[in-house]
Amino acid sequence: MDEVIRVKGLTKQFGQNSVLRGIDCAIKATEVVCVIGPSGSGKSTFLRCLNGLEDASGGQILVHGIPVHEPKTNIDALRSEIGMVFQRFNLFPHKTVLENITLAPCKVRGLSPTQARLRASELLEKVGLLEKIDAYPNQLSGGQQQRVAIARALAMQPRIMLFDEPTSALDPEMVGEVLAVMQALAEEGMTMVVVTHEMGFARQVADRVVFIDEGVIVEEGTPAAIFDTPQHDRTRRFLSKVL
Amino acid sequence: MEQVLWFGWFRADIISQYAGLFWRGLQMTVAVTLICIVQGTALGLAVGLARVAEARHAPAKQLCKYLLQWPAAVYVSFFRGTPLFVQILLIHFALLPLFINPSDGLLISGESARDLKQNYGAFLSGVVALTLNSGAYISEIFRAGIQSIDKGQVEASRSLGMSFPRTMYHIVLPQAFRRMLPPLGNNAISLLKDSSLISAIGLAELAYAARTVAGAYSRYWEPYLTISLMYWVLTLGLAYGVKQLEARYGRGDSR
Repeated sequence: MDEVIRVKGLTKQFGQNSVLRGIDCAIKATEVVCVIGPSGSGKSTFLRCLNGLEDASGGQILVHGIPVHEPKTNIDALRSEIGMVFQRFNLFPHKTVLENITLAPCKVRGLSPTQARLRASELLEKVGLLEKIDAYPNQLSGGQQQRVAIARALAMQPRIMLFDEPTSALDPEMVGEVLAVMQALAEEGMTMVVVTHEMGFARQVADRVVFIDEGVIVEEGTPAAIFDTPQHDRTRRFLSKVL
Repeated sequence: MEQVLWFGWFRADIISQYAGLFWRGLQMTVAVTLICIVQGTALGLAVGLARVAEARHAPAKQLCKYLLQWPAAVYVSFFRGTPLFVQILLIHFALLPLFINPSDGLLISGESARDLKQNYGAFLSGVVALTLNSGAYISEIFRAGIQSIDKGQVEASRSLGMSFPRTMYHIVLPQAFRRMLPPLGNNAISLLKDSSLISAIGLAELAYAARTVAGAYSRYWEPYLTISLMYWVLTLGLAYGVKQLEARYGRGDSR
């Protein structure tokens, strides 16, 4: 399988605080990788480094062979191939659902409004929100907003999707609807990196689970290996708290 | 001309005798104010953007800091830290002659410079001073408005592959503008009132008209009360206009 993301010795410091202390990993096409770990372990920072929302202090990240943090890299072009879904949804409140989804495809990809609208309707149908096409974000529930955010990212037809704790800001009864959309996406063969606290989702959907603690990858493997037979003490301690 | 007394003390005939002067003064005040609102907003936007400009990699990072952020900060500091009245005098009597001067003007010299300075000198200086002054205040409104927008908005937009300018134009500024309307309205009202200071360099606007009339008759209630009312009506009109804009663009901001 093709390797789409390669991380080499990634480090990240905020001032004196070392958040990432040497991360190495590779992610292949169509792979679904769930990143788990305690709060403050650096897993969100790791994810945000992958599309250059966060600068790296050291090391290198290659996406499709292109170095993310090189000044010469056209970061906008690279990001247009990497969809991202945020914990707080970050929909544009002054735009309707349709405008949220069509803005970047029209401006960046050069789609006509008709084409973009067609694509948006298809995606909204897929996430079950076609009837909300003309609503504003503040008229939607959290779960609905997050599904629109997923549709917005997918409208760019990215080759990779990053999820940064996509269900952490949701009321419990809305978590399921978002996870269902993500599972469907995984089954279609999307390459996904998901930072999550949803262990059930990780076990069921992930091809590989990566456990990060104190800025390093402590352990990684298949969901069964990580959840049923963790090799490291730290992994066991973390899992005993969350499972 | 016969004296007309209102309420036994207000010489209404003075006002009607100089109605033309007041009318032209009013037009000048409105013109200066509108020009300065438009120019000040454009300048404020540019300077506000310069103050928040950031780049990630050298050398653009250093260029941003020393060629955009710092000059913008010094400009804002100077024009907010010195009296507008002094700025007007400085620009009219010191700066303007440097550029427009019959013998050796940097911009225009010769006979046309003399005419220009005579006929439009006060107008030019006044508009430049008021624009520079209000631009400094408005840039702070823009800066605060831009910085009040949640960082997640920029991140979401950038993660979709939208460039920084596109993100500013489509995502940040439209949201910031709604929040900026009330302080921009206040600023426009200040600007209208501050335009009266330009009378000090001889621009024939409202305050100048009042001073002329006061000088001619040694009567002070009539001209100054008249222009006070005119300023008041104008500021009420501006406040109403801003309220309409807020009602129109203020929706959808709750998140």
